[in-house]
Order: sequence, then C-alpha cells, then structure tokens
Amino acid sequence: MNDSATQAAIESVARNSYGRLIAYLAARAGNVADVEDTLGDAFAEALKRWPTDGIPEKPEAWLLRVARNRMIDAARHHQVHEKSEEYLQQITEEAQTVATTHDQFPDERLKLLFVCAHPAIDPAARTPLMLQTVLHVDAARIASAFLVSPAAMSQRLVRAKSKIRDARIPFRVPDPPEWDERVSFVLDAIYSAYTTGWDSLAETSSTHHALAGDAITLGRTLVQLMPGEPEAHGLLALMLHCEARRDARYASNGEYIPLDQQETGLWSHRMIDEAEALLRKAATFRSLGRYQLEAAIQSIHAHRAVTGDIDWPEILLLYEGLVRLAPGIGSLVGRAVALAQAGQPAAALAALEEIPDERIADYQPYWASRGHLLRMLGRTAEAEKAFTRAASLTDDPALRAYLFKQPRG
Amino acid sequence: MKYALLVHQPQEAFDKPRDPALAAAGKAYGEALHAAGVLVTGAGLQPPHTTTLVTIRDGKRQVHDGPYAETKEFLGGLVIIDVPDLDAALDWAARNPAAASATIEVRPLIGYAGA
Repeated sequence: MNDSATQAAIESVARNSYGRLIAYLAARAGNVADVEDTLGDAFAEALKRWPTDGIPEKPEAWLLRVARNRMIDAARHHQVHEKSEEYLQQITEEAQTVATTHDQFPDERLKLLFVCAHPAIDPAARTPLMLQTVLHVDAARIASAFLVSPAAMSQRLVRAKSKIRDARIPFRVPDPPEWDERVSFVLDAIYSAYTTGWDSLAETSSTHHALAGDAITLGRTLVQLMPGEPEAHGLLALMLHCEARRDARYASNGEYIPLDQQETGLWSHRMIDEAEALLRKAATFRSLGRYQLEAAIQSIHAHRAVTGDIDWPEILLLYEGLVRLAPGIGSLVGRAVALAQAGQPAAALAALEEIPDERIADYQPYWASRGHLLRMLGRTAEAEKAFTRAASLTDDPALRAYLFKQPRG
Repeated sequence: MKYALLVHQPQEAFDKPRDPALAAAGKAYGEALHAAGVLVTGAGLQPPHTTTLVTIRDGKRQVHDGPYAETKEFLGGLVIIDVPDLDAALDWAARNPAAASATIEVRPLIGYAGA
C-alpha cells in the first residue's frame, strides 16, 4: 500500500468509526463534549502510528483503548469526582472485552441520533450536531454550509452539548408512544442537511455538495439502524432520487434546467434504482408517511426516463395524501402545480390563492408556480410579475436568469 | 438528578376565581408525584400583586412593590422532583394539569450533575 492509499484507508476507518466510538462513549458518559476531545486525541495518534504500524485488526478497539488512556490521564489531571471514575472503570473493562473477543463493537449511534434531534435541543443545532458527532464533519465546514460564521456555529454546538450534559438528556431509543414524533425529528434533521446542500448556489457546490453527500450517508446509517422503519427508507429514497439528477440540473453553459426538461440520460440510474428498491421495501411495512410520499412523487418524475411521460394525475393523488399528512407550504404549492399539469389550471390557481399571505412572502417556488399557472391561463402580465417576484427570492444566479426569461419565453 | 418544574402563568390565570376541578387535578398530581417517590418538595405561590422585590446595591437595601412591569408571565408555583433524566422530568412536567394553560419550565438543579 502506498502512502496515499494508507492515508485514505485511515480516513475511511476514522470516518466509519468516529460516530460509533463517540456514540459508545457518550452514551456511557452522558456527555458528548468531553468524549469528543478525547477521541480527537486518539485519532491524531492513529494518524501518526497506523502508517508505520499498519491498520490494527480491530481499529475501533485500538482507538477506544487510546481514548480510554487519555480519559484516565485527564481524570487524574482534573481530579474528577467519583462518578466519573466509576464510568471510566466501566469503559476500561468494556474496551478490554471489545479488544479481546470477537464481539461486534456495540453500535449506539441510534441513541446519539435521538439525542441530537431531541426536542429539548435547539432545532437549529440538531442537524449541525448530527453532522459533527455522527459523521465528524468539520465545524468550519458546517458553518459555511449553513451560512453562519464559524464562531456562531461553534457557539450553537457548544451550547447544545452543554445542554445534553447539564440537563442530562438521556441516551435512549424512545418507546412506541413517542416513537413516531421522535423519529420524525431525526428524519427532519437529516433532510435539512440534504436540502441545505441542495438549495444552494451551483458555484459554491463543493461545500454544499459534500453536505448533501453527508446527509445521504446519515440516511444510509439510519436505514441500517432502523431496518423496520419505513420512513427511514422513504427519506433515503427521496434524497437519492434528488441526488440522481444533480448533473442534469444545469446545462454545460450553466443554464438552469427545470426537472421536466432535464436530459434523463444525465440522471444517475444507479441511484434511481437504489431509491426505487428502498421505496418498494418501505411499502412492505404498510405504513405511509411524509417521506415515502415525497419519494413516490420523485419516483414518478424519474419514470419519465422510461416512458417519456410524467403521470401528473398520479402525482396529484400523492400530493393529496401529502397535504393531509404534512400540510407544509411545499406540499401545498406542489399539489397546485400537479393540479394544473393534470389539466385544471384555474382550480390550481384558486388553491394557490388559499395559502395564507404570511407563508408565501419569501417562498420562491410559490411565485414561480404562480407565474406558470397564470401563463397557462393566458394572464401574461400577472405571470410576468410573479416570475419577477420569484426571481428576486432566489440566491441561485442560473435559476434567477431562468425565471427572468420566463414571461418572454 | 433533581429538576425544578417552574409553572409560569399569565396574569389572567391569577385573576380568575379558583377552579375547583383544576385544584382537584393539582392535588391528584401532587399525590401521584408522591406515590411515585419522585417528589422532593413543591409549593404554590400567591398572585403576583403580593410580590415584593429586594435588592442590595452599593450596600443599600432597596425594596420595591410588585413584579417587574414588563413581565408577561409570573411564577405560579414550583415542584422539585428527583428523577433519572430529562425525559422523565419532561414526562412529569407534561402530567402537571397546569401545563394545559401555563408553561412549565424544566430546569436541572445545581450540584446534582453527578448524582
């Protein structure tokens, strides 16, 4: 193995193990912040030693052993109270067991995900906390993706971690009465990472693209940790359907291309196939949810690659279901568009106009959809106004250019 | 781990005549806390107009009548419970009949982080 291959292998082990190790230690300590520091040291040690010593057979046990030693050093140094010594003792013994037996290293990441998306955690901190703890995404990169200063993001994360420790948010998998709601918080936080990576400028795509990839990794982890939860499958299917179209969203000259005009040959059929398989799997649980419906809508768009057509009546049906389950502005606007495409533009416009004013003021898709519907109805002057409003609400230059040229098109 | 469940109520809640059904529910809640062995202590507070504020500034004692004028919600009562973690404390907060109209603030007590 050459140096860069060793480096890549280490990074892969580190990336795969970090979340599991931090979850394992944090679940026992009830504390994310302290174990993060210790693990950071352990990984630094690995980067120093593995290139010469080789990657250990049980990398997680190796890292855990180093982390444990660091913790004991820190405990001696700070003279922490008895309780901590007790848990250090416990971790020491468990680390020994992990190192000497062939047991699978315990995976506590689901508990960690539930802690990150706990209702007692600031919603704005949930997604960054997941990215940082489960995937070990660099805090500065998280800050740049969420368009806040590194200092502000760091403060948000520190505050959330202090809350976990000081208010003692438990590391547990919730029971059925609260299961659905708690799962939805986890799903929403992961999806928020994806949409943050998706909705942003094409030019700055390196950071954002990485974030969308991180969201998909979290989605895969969740499916692995909750194999019986249909919505976890639905969420991953939704993200994969959207991700499959990444290369088709802009022409080579940077021009924005709307979904129904994208070159289907540019879609990733590997991702589409995976998304379809996930949706079929989700359907076997016979428990419909928001993410399955959204993924099903995307699945019909994806089907255009096969049939050349978009089945708008079917999309409308799915939006009807979605509006009942999750009457967010996105689903209301989506339903109106489907209604228009299914041949009822006047009813669609009426549906758009029922959405309360305070929800549409800064919602770009509402104004773009309104423009399309007005144009279908031959109300060109009003359509132009709506497109102009939409154009003023996007931060994507390609989309802005596309929206500005609409009324004249 | 000990948590304070602080009941914040708007002025109107204090102005209304005491609702016997609510009082009975509150009593039952106290009994449930006691029966579960989680109750440390609890108390209801008289209305905000009975409040007097005391500060010492520059060594001088200052006494003021009434709560701060800008306050919209007032502490109506508190319960201190001893439970394993925040989820358990949140469950008890949600069971408080006052939660239907007031806001229950759940705050861990100092000095019990390792307990």
